[in-house]
Amino acid sequence: MKNVMDYVEMKFPAKAEYVGVIRLTISGIASRMGYTYEQIEDIKIAVSEACTNAVQHAYPEDEVGEVIVGFGIYEDKLEMMVADNGQSFNFLKTKEELGPYTESSTIDQLSEGGLGLFLIETLMDEVRVLNRSGVTVFMVKYLGEERESHDKATSDRETN
Amino acid sequence: MKINIEEHQNDKEMFVSVTGEIDAYTAPKLREELLPLSEGQGKTITVNLKDVSYMDSTGLGVFVGLFKQLSKNEGELRLVELSDRLVRLFELTGLSKIMNISEDRGR
Repeated sequence: MKNVMDYVEMKFPAKAEYVGVIRLTISGIASRMGYTYEQIEDIKIAVSEACTNAVQHAYPEDEVGEVIVGFGIYEDKLEMMVADNGQSFNFLKTKEELGPYTESSTIDQLSEGGLGLFLIETLMDEVRVLNRSGVTVFMVKYLGEERESHDKATSDRETN
Repeated sequence: MKINIEEHQNDKEMFVSVTGEIDAYTAPKLREELLPLSEGQGKTITVNLKDVSYMDSTGLGVFVGLFKQLSKNEGELRLVELSDRLVRLFELTGLSKIMNISEDRGR
């Protein structure tokens, strides 16, 4: 397993006008990492959907909370976390607590999040959602399709 | 995001063009502008999305709402000049099978 090469974290007011700013940031990071145009657009949508979810559902209307966005930049993949509890988090620790992603948890999330979470699931290679004192969405996008299919084959074998 | 609304003389047909990004911030404004246009019987609204540089589920939600409203009143919604990215978004969500979308100009 490769270690995180770089980690970027940002904290934003949970307001819709900042979703575009986060999108611009992740677009820059993904572009620098060498993702294709299509992949960058997919990443922009997934991160925006997670942020939109946090902005629209995390806090009551009269209360503006915070959204924390973390990007783990690896040689071969990009890990993205969007948390709406307003608390800073330990990236690796939160990642461990997310547990395996299962079919049933996905369907539960779909019914609550609608098209936004459906798009996240569709566009990302791995998605996990942690619900505890706020929602944390954890997403992974691999760099290069060959490696992605290899990883999927490996995890399939491990499951069996 | 900019919205340009062009009404035709017969009052039943409207052409709208949207420029820029449609996301959580701009979608409410888009909905506010477009929904009133769907009031009345048999309206046809053509929305040109050629200059939309970004759109996600918030934008889809606006167009689904508009589509439902128009369908209810025997009207029609046409989304035209979609980029490959936008076509993909409608295809992924299954909306391309339900709604009238086109990569070409609608007139």
